[in-house]
Amino acid sequence: MAGPVAFFAVFFAYPVVAIVGRGLEIDGVWQFGRIGEVLGRSDIQQVLWFTVWQALASTTLTLLIALPGAYVFARLDFPGKRLLRAVVTVPFVLPTVVVGTAFLALLGRGGLLDELWGVRFDTTVWAILLAHVFFNYAVVVRTVGGLWSQLDPRQEEAARVLGAGRFAAWRRVTLPALAPAVAAAALMVFLFTFTSFGVVLILGGPAFSTLEVEIYRQTAQLLDLPTAAVLTLLQFAAVGAILAVHARTVRRRETALKLVDPAQTARRPRGAGQWALLGAVLATILLLVLAPLGVLVERSFDGPGGYGFGYYRALASSDASGGAFLVPPIDAVWNSLSYALVATAIALAVGGLAAAALTRKAGRLVRGFDALLMLPLGVSAVTVGFGFLITLDKPPLDLRGSWILVPLAQALVGVPFVVRIMLPVLRAVDERLREAAAVLGASPLRVWREVDLPLVRRALLIAAGFAFAVSLGEFGATVFIARPDNPTLPVAVARLLGRPGELNYGQAMALSTILMVVCAAALLLLERIRTDKTSGEF
Amino acid sequence: MSTTKKLTVTAVAAALGISTLAACGGESEDSSTGGSKSKTVTLVSHDSFAASPAVLKEFTQETGYTVKVLKSGDAGAALNKEILTKGSPQGDVFFGVDNTLLSRALDNDLFTPYAAKGLGQVSDEAQLDKDKHRVTPVDTGDICVNYDKKYFADKKLAPPQSFDDLIKPEYKNLLVTENVATSSPGLGFLLGSVGRYGDEGWQDYWKKLKANGVKVVDGWEQAYNEEFSGSAGGKKAKADRPLVVSYASSPPAEVLFAKPQPTEAPTGVATGTCFRQTEFAGLLDGAKNEAGGKALLDFLVSKKFQEDMPLNMFVNPVVKDAKLPELFTKFGAVVDKPETVAPDKIAKNREQWVQSWSSLVLK
Repeated sequence: MAGPVAFFAVFFAYPVVAIVGRGLEIDGVWQFGRIGEVLGRSDIQQVLWFTVWQALASTTLTLLIALPGAYVFARLDFPGKRLLRAVVTVPFVLPTVVVGTAFLALLGRGGLLDELWGVRFDTTVWAILLAHVFFNYAVVVRTVGGLWSQLDPRQEEAARVLGAGRFAAWRRVTLPALAPAVAAAALMVFLFTFTSFGVVLILGGPAFSTLEVEIYRQTAQLLDLPTAAVLTLLQFAAVGAILAVHARTVRRRETALKLVDPAQTARRPRGAGQWALLGAVLATILLLVLAPLGVLVERSFDGPGGYGFGYYRALASSDASGGAFLVPPIDAVWNSLSYALVATAIALAVGGLAAAALTRKAGRLVRGFDALLMLPLGVSAVTVGFGFLITLDKPPLDLRGSWILVPLAQALVGVPFVVRIMLPVLRAVDERLREAAAVLGASPLRVWREVDLPLVRRALLIAAGFAFAVSLGEFGATVFIARPDNPTLPVAVARLLGRPGELNYGQAMALSTILMVVCAAALLLLERIRTDKTSGEF
Repeated sequence: MSTTKKLTVTAVAAALGISTLAACGGESEDSSTGGSKSKTVTLVSHDSFAASPAVLKEFTQETGYTVKVLKSGDAGAALNKEILTKGSPQGDVFFGVDNTLLSRALDNDLFTPYAAKGLGQVSDEAQLDKDKHRVTPVDTGDICVNYDKKYFADKKLAPPQSFDDLIKPEYKNLLVTENVATSSPGLGFLLGSVGRYGDEGWQDYWKKLKANGVKVVDGWEQAYNEEFSGSAGGKKAKADRPLVVSYASSPPAEVLFAKPQPTEAPTGVATGTCFRQTEFAGLLDGAKNEAGGKALLDFLVSKKFQEDMPLNMFVNPVVKDAKLPELFTKFGAVVDKPETVAPDKIAKNREQWVQSWSSLVLK
């Protein structure tokens, strides 16, 4: 456990505390009075209120729209299911700069909805809410659907044999078993939308602001560090509370359920009801997930001389960007891939060790550490980025000009996923197997290699895939951290979008499409190696 | 338990591995930025910095220094990072502080004074720190309303030319601009209105602009690529606002980045709606390679760099005899009387103006 603790202390706690201290400490005296001052401001209260309100609304909407999807993915068998499950996960790991652009095209003027029914959502809060559903659809489908597919349907059938109606049987048997998973998914969605940054910044326009957006504005734009520090603390407290509740739900969820192989629970749809449900879910996915992604792809091929690969070819030449990069934009792909690989290695090492330590030990301290590992998901990227900048500038940790900073920051976001995926699997390994091996004379390393590794290998691969995809799409922290001139994919997209002209715009769309395809490929690979026994939380 | 110990050992090893990697990275940095005989000079800038590789190579041939560019976020964030890391800067020269943020940089004593060679050729109105030479002017750009030529031709309506025009009923619901708090063209447009109507009049002007249906979005990217019907992105997004707050150099960019290049720019500039932005560079206090930094500042105002700049960053040179590329003279707009506001006046009022603007326009 020492390793992960040290990692988090140096690369997370220390920078964050330092930047908060910069705002709240004057001549060695902490100015806690500031907290009250800032919280008393009516504009800050408005931000707080909106943050909570939109997170609640987004969570409710996501559950409403995604739960039928979770059922369909868990219980129905249809061609292309694996591909579709990978595709709905793509938004989750895409950077918001990319998605915002596509989403506006869909929901705004002249968008698909506008053309079909004359419905426009841009500049309304609906755009934010729907984008949140788009991003978090997969969280519900994977968390709830994953468990749902492993619940033994015979239990429900037994209830029906005993005279319960279809709905009553579902309500009495399946729902209670699912409830913790639903709660866990809801809390994750709540956490992600509570700390929403890019979506609100791009789709909300200037009228809407969440805590996270406000921290960014106060730090990066106004340099009002005291206010930013107070808001950071506030967000910290809120996220801490959400995580505490989440940890409790998860623990309750780990109570023994009789799980079965998901391959046996899914079957072809039967009856008009199931077909209609499948149709409705597929239509939802088509409209809400595939359409925005499709818009990006369409625009990337839509050159001035008709459809073609013009923008993709332009990516390979450094002249096409007018010197914006000094290197061909396509280089961003290799930068991104190598950064993500290093980030994945770090996340696996830190997260894997943390998960292993958490499995072996119980107790309040360890459980606290468990929740702590999730914190990076809820802490503003700009806080971490600026913290890195002012703390990692002296030997022995003079990393400011070093490329390793980017993978380090990305790994911070990847670790929580690794832990969440590894933990249930590691916990499921029977301790007696290890003991038996030890009694038979195996060294601890050998025990790990012969007993643990074969059992967790698949989970490890899935964790790696997720960490990889998340690192690939990470934008917030990456963009704030000083680095030599080798942009990652999302950063390159943002820069291209920041310049006028057709070629730049087209190249941004082409790079976005590449990013999307790489993410989808990584996730599709995961679908192939998904363990049958247990799926972890994602 | 012993397994845990084993894992801990592995963890430490992994951590060591990471720091070794980092050390490698660090070493190569050191060899380039550290020491007085360093051959690398580091330029910290915002994301929009761009220069032709050939021109940077020429600098290396002339001086022996290699330029390393460190892009550090948008203009505001890049400057704020330098303020936070003051005394232990990330590089030697900072480029990209403009007249709207100049006093924030100067008040924080970010720069070591240095009078660059060739300052004599730099136009007077750009030299806003003339006596102390803490910053060197590098370029100017005008923030102006751009219009979609096709829209106005189709409607047989003359495009607006001035601030006054924008509040006329025939231009109702046509303009999109950026949030003053988060976007520098947005702030520039507000300052333009302050320059035009003064401390007393600008609020009244914005009330009328709001009544005339101005739309505000958060950033330039969105305003220009998603809302403005004249830009290439906007056309694809089926945008419906034919007026946008952008730059006087946006039309040449629309031509340059189109394939095949059109004979006429699809967009035009309302030259009576402009605010002049001047960008400066300065030698960072605590720079490791001061000599290299000074050479780089000289280079930034040299004719070679100044003439390379327009097509890379879409700004105008500050050096009097620098020639503009044909693309600019042919498709760009000449702004005769841009609005200006003194930097110390901006510094004194910026936050209050932004706040009044927010409550006036956003609420």
